[in-house]
Amino acid sequence: MNKIGLIIRREYLTRIRNKTFLISTFLLPIMIVLFIAGTVYLAIKGRTNHRIAVSDQNGYFKDYLKSDSSIFFDFSPAIDTVNYAEKNCSAVLIIPVLNEGEKTIYRLKYKKQLGLANIDDLEKRVSSAITDHLIFTKTNISRGRLDSIRSASDIAELKTFSDEGKKSEASSQGLSYGVGWACGFLIYLLTFIYGAMVMRGVMEEKTSRVAEVIVSSVRPFPLMLGKIIGIGAVGLTQFLLWIGLIVILAIVAQAFIPHELMMEVNNMQSANAMGNAQMAQGSEAAKQIFDVKQSIHHTNWALIIGCFIFYFIGGFLFYASLFAAIGSVVNEDPQEAQSLLLPITMPIIFSWIIMTIAIQDPGGSLAVWASMIPFSSPIVMMARIPYGVPTTVPYWQLLLSIGLLAGGFLFTTWMAGRIYRTGILLYGKKPTWKNMLKWAFKA
Amino acid sequence: MLEVTRLKKYFTTQKAVDDISFSVEKGTIFGLLGPNGAGKTTLIRMITGIFYPDEGSIRLNGKKFNPDEDSSHIGYMPEERGLYKKMKIGEQALYFARLKGLSASEAVIQVKDWFVRFEMQSWWNKKIEDLSKGMAQKLQFVITVLHRPELIILDEPFSGLDPVNANLIKDEIFRLAAQGSSIIFSTHRMEQVEEICNHIILLNKGKKILDGTVANVKQEFKENLFRISATPFPKQATPELFDVIAKYDDGMTIRIKEGYKPNDVLRYFIDQQSNISSFTESLPSLNEIFIKLVEGTSLSRQFQPTQS
Repeated sequence: MNKIGLIIRREYLTRIRNKTFLISTFLLPIMIVLFIAGTVYLAIKGRTNHRIAVSDQNGYFKDYLKSDSSIFFDFSPAIDTVNYAEKNCSAVLIIPVLNEGEKTIYRLKYKKQLGLANIDDLEKRVSSAITDHLIFTKTNISRGRLDSIRSASDIAELKTFSDEGKKSEASSQGLSYGVGWACGFLIYLLTFIYGAMVMRGVMEEKTSRVAEVIVSSVRPFPLMLGKIIGIGAVGLTQFLLWIGLIVILAIVAQAFIPHELMMEVNNMQSANAMGNAQMAQGSEAAKQIFDVKQSIHHTNWALIIGCFIFYFIGGFLFYASLFAAIGSVVNEDPQEAQSLLLPITMPIIFSWIIMTIAIQDPGGSLAVWASMIPFSSPIVMMARIPYGVPTTVPYWQLLLSIGLLAGGFLFTTWMAGRIYRTGILLYGKKPTWKNMLKWAFKA
Repeated sequence: MLEVTRLKKYFTTQKAVDDISFSVEKGTIFGLLGPNGAGKTTLIRMITGIFYPDEGSIRLNGKKFNPDEDSSHIGYMPEERGLYKKMKIGEQALYFARLKGLSASEAVIQVKDWFVRFEMQSWWNKKIEDLSKGMAQKLQFVITVLHRPELIILDEPFSGLDPVNANLIKDEIFRLAAQGSSIIFSTHRMEQVEEICNHIILLNKGKKILDGTVANVKQEFKENLFRISATPFPKQATPELFDVIAKYDDGMTIRIKEGYKPNDVLRYFIDQQSNISSFTESLPSLNEIFIKLVEGTSLSRQFQPTQS
């Protein structure tokens, strides 16, 4: 076994055998699930029901404004604009006489903010009340008939398909969004965790002065490369364990779904396969499971996981060598690392911010550009890929991005190697950026 | 065995090693001496392949030194000891042995052999954190010589060791030299050098200022000092023959003047009816030579521009 192999083996084994690796591998997914569940729970529980007093001068809103569990309209004349708060109402809606053909302003007075979603909801309810009132007064239609037409009109549902020339694939925007977000987040997280691990490893070797002993046996560059590859392999192992964990959890979860329900789902699946477009049979629950299964089925997992592994490795190599270079120049004082790290952590954080924008508009120019530049491409491209290749991300973009990232990490590794070989044996004063650039690009 | 010719290494603010040549014979223990900052570490780092020299050549066994291939022939123990704190000792020793090119099975044999020799078998599953400083030192020495290097470079190998362990290491150094390894021994502790080294060089400010065997160097710097014990002492001193440097209860140290020989002094004492019980030349210690040569040059090295 050659020397770089020995170094990779040591870096890999010492970390895999460490208890913290096992704990973080199994605890992190659990914590993420708990965190998401917690936020969803709080979001649902935190939604307050509003009582809104209505002071209506037209007299007909009482009949049309619909109350439900989230907003309750109170028309009692005892409540006015002064005492609504004491009467347990969160706001008062003041509607003056509305005249046809002109815009009249109606007002909402409140003491505490109702929240944006509630205001939108309120506005919709008021305008549909006006529409209902006008339809009812201008035509001879009865209230009951109007309501039944409304409920009968709910017969169409939008499904999106991504156009791939010959065949159209049913796409699920929600799933693409979720998978893209998860991929981007995971790359962001892994780059930080494992980049910092590389830096700490280098600092450990420098401060414990092992570096000098090793460097007398191995040149600094293979030493740095061995460390980066070994730690990258740990990250990859962790990722693969997570995939395994998810598959196991999915199988376990399926076992909890009642048998009859699964039968129904299977029936729908075979009906769908035979080209039967009408798949109305089946209960609501079965339909939902079917939808999830369908969209998971149509997502190109091999491509996503393949790209994820490439972008994880590429992004990790790109940043890890920079982290290694920083680790090699700092001394015992961890504070020094903080200030030197800023220029490396900033692009990662920016990439994350760009990703949150890019995922809303995966074909937009910001998304396209950011997925080309090696600084941000691992995070941003991974957020775009689940939307579909080659529809949202054309092949040329993917190939260009992969090529640029490969070139990028070769360059950063080369540059970092030159800083590293000088820094690792240098004790004392913290070098300036100017010094480091000189090491990197001169002689 | 090792031949260093006109080696130079300039840093931006210092001529760390400035035109140094020397050679180390097979099986000798070679002392590399010098005050702090004389350029010893830089010189060693070039010989171990950590730094490339700016100029000059290093030849090992007659061939040009190649860091990638020759690192397996060299064992280096730096002054600042370094081991992985969290790694088990046995594994760590195996790792370093394999980095030096031993095969997996050979590494196990060598490590076990040395661990038995130094009575360290019980340390195998311990970590460096669990060891005392002296124990870590012993381990570091073992790691340095595990792969039977032809050239062993030891930078202050005895610092922090108790006399028992220091002797243990010293005996190993003699044994390795007897088996044909050449040893470069860098230190400021002159009494150890006199005891151990065959040949020394002294560096100061990046230049070699002394080169020779310990005996030759002492001869070169002798000041015609003799210690004589006799009873009774001659009543009067004879200033044309010698000066008295120091007097003791049982004798004195004298410096024989230019143009006279020790026999002249002895004849004088005999003529004076004095019974001589001992008469020995007192050679300067390396410590005195070291101080004499280095003293006067500014104590700490000044930074100087390398462009002249």
